[in-house]
Amino acid sequence: MSDPTEEIPEVDHVTGTGIPVRGNDIDTDQIIPARFMKVVTFDGLGQFSFFDLRFDDDDNEKDHPMNEERFGDANVMVVNNNFGCGSSREHAPQALMRWGIDALIGEGFAEIFAGNCLALGIPTLTADHETINDLQQWVDDNPDGEIEIDVAAETVRYGGREVGVTVDDAQRKALVDGIWDTTALMKANERSIAETAANLPYATGN
Amino acid sequence: MSEGTLYDKVWNRHKVTTLPNGQDQLFVGLHLIHEVTSPQAFGMLRERDLEVARSDLTHATVDHIVPTADQSRPYSDDAAEEMMSELEENVRDAGIEFNDPTTGNQGIVHVIGPEQGITQPGKTIVCGDSHTSTHGAFGALAFGIGTSQIRDVLATQTVAMEKQQVRKIQVDGELGEGVEAKDIVLEIIRRLGTEGGVGYVYEYAGEAIEDLGMEGRMSICNMSIEGGARAGYVNPDGTTYDWLRETDYFQEHPEEFDELMPYWESIRSDDDAEYDDVVTIDASELDPVVTWGTTPGQGVGIHDPIPEPEALAADKQDTARRAQKHMRVEPGETMAGYDIDVAFLGSCTNARLPDLRRAARVVKGREVADDVRAFVVPGSQRVQRAAEAEGLADIFREAGFDWRNAGCSMCLGMNEDQLEGDEACASSSNRNFVGRQGSKDGRTVLMNPRMVAAAAVTGEVTDVRDLREVTIA
Ligand code: SF4
Repeated sequence: MSDPTEEIPEVDHVTGTGIPVRGNDIDTDQIIPARFMKVVTFDGLGQFSFFDLRFDDDDNEKDHPMNEERFGDANVMVVNNNFGCGSSREHAPQALMRWGIDALIGEGFAEIFAGNCLALGIPTLTADHETINDLQQWVDDNPDGEIEIDVAAETVRYGGREVGVTVDDAQRKALVDGIWDTTALMKANERSIAETAANLPYATGN
Repeated sequence: MSEGTLYDKVWNRHKVTTLPNGQDQLFVGLHLIHEVTSPQAFGMLRERDLEVARSDLTHATVDHIVPTADQSRPYSDDAAEEMMSELEENVRDAGIEFNDPTTGNQGIVHVIGPEQGITQPGKTIVCGDSHTSTHGAFGALAFGIGTSQIRDVLATQTVAMEKQQVRKIQVDGELGEGVEAKDIVLEIIRRLGTEGGVGYVYEYAGEAIEDLGMEGRMSICNMSIEGGARAGYVNPDGTTYDWLRETDYFQEHPEEFDELMPYWESIRSDDDAEYDDVVTIDASELDPVVTWGTTPGQGVGIHDPIPEPEALAADKQDTARRAQKHMRVEPGETMAGYDIDVAFLGSCTNARLPDLRRAARVVKGREVADDVRAFVVPGSQRVQRAAEAEGLADIFREAGFDWRNAGCSMCLGMNEDQLEGDEACASSSNRNFVGRQGSKDGRTVLMNPRMVAAAAVTGEVTDVRDLREVTIA
């Protein structure tokens, strides 16, 4: 392949319905408890998202938006501040993605979490407390209502209104230009990789 | 920005290009994989229909979940068995060399690379494990990577990274009797803090570092990450070359040793290299360092008082208070005399042959204290065999230690070796986080391996220098 951008989808728009998950400082242990990391694939992780907040010790359902049928098809998660703090485990965004989430809008995100989301092509957009609060309320009242995110324009449209959101510059460029997937970006440089290897003095020959 | 350091030189030699996202694409000379962080990456490759690009530069081992007592298959823990089987299948399909327990070469990933001679100066080395910094002891550029990056390396043998700053840590003077490499690094982290190294790579230099053997240098580089630095290294020298000459790789390829020497010499930091920061430490002033809290930066000399939280930086006070409550220690007291329930001699920080030798010298002729469970988990099967041949295993067993097979074991409690309830553990490992050793109420005290041996026989944190050593003939 020569043009890497052909391979990586551009994430300039995300459209879908929302799910509100309220609370500040939701850490990666809450998003995916450590015991579910003793696995060989991320595949089944979706069902364990927020497991300890969704189920009690006897596996009975607790009150949590992810347990509510009306949010079952949501793909935009609306959260509060410092979401995703704690360990660097990529299992956290993986679990949310596999549950069905394509984008997160919140008051703020932990840096490593946002970076891990970017590696999966998931935008993390931020707005102030009031904007988030309004959106969470609207989603609660309109679980089937459509949310339209424009990553490039940094706007979110819902229920006939449009609000401004912020995306980190580098993240926006990566998503909009379709250069967020390092595997595809780097694979495109196969010839330079071979040249670099050939110039190393230690044994790198096939 | 730094110039003329080993970091700059090795980076430049391995740089493929600058990517449109601003990161540099680096060629990876050696990719080490293990059972915990690689399976998801193999899964991602399959999802995209990609192959492993350079299986010849990829080596696998099993260490985190492997049982250290009964290793017969299938493992009694189903999850462990599944992870092991998955790794076996992945390496077989891709044609990757796997140091499984039947080869006699199995061990903790950061112990076996150096043992076999595939860890070499001037190589870029990555592994989905934060303690990959260990390999920097050989003058390699070695760092831990995340799962998506493992996928990148499997698919392309390259990794996308931003260049960091270089801080030289100059350790002058001679270590006192009974003070070790581990104490140097615990002191560095205590002084600079657990986030002090964020954005930096550490170059360890100075008389005290040059005097160390390769094992000591590995203990220090290993814990760079506990100080926030993604990588740490020591410039290669005669000690490095002596080690390499004896390894399998260079025994089998002696001609390469002479061919590579000019490269190794060329990547050493220049005398007039420029650093972004320099920190100096006097090794001769150090006592054995032990931790009193729940981060590796909460350390203190064995006879020094545990600090008052109020005396610490404002942003450290809360964590200190919580840590002191968890550990049940009082400011003003010393750690000497702190009761322990478990003694763990193991991990990629301190489970190599010289570590076990020094600890055995303390243990010989003594007995593990009543009510203490003590065990030794060698870093690799080779270390295990060598220690058994030298009679070290017998010394430990006679003293009442459990002598185990190689693995990570209680360093992180992912197999059955775990703390129970609020047990306190004297540990030669590198992390004392709450819950790290398998129990959320467990209490970990980090220290050097001889100090662990001393704690095992006295039942409390003890200055090993107060015990008369027994020499092994
Ligand atoms: S011994 Fe501990 S620190 Fe080292 S690789 Fe194993 S779990 Fe990680």
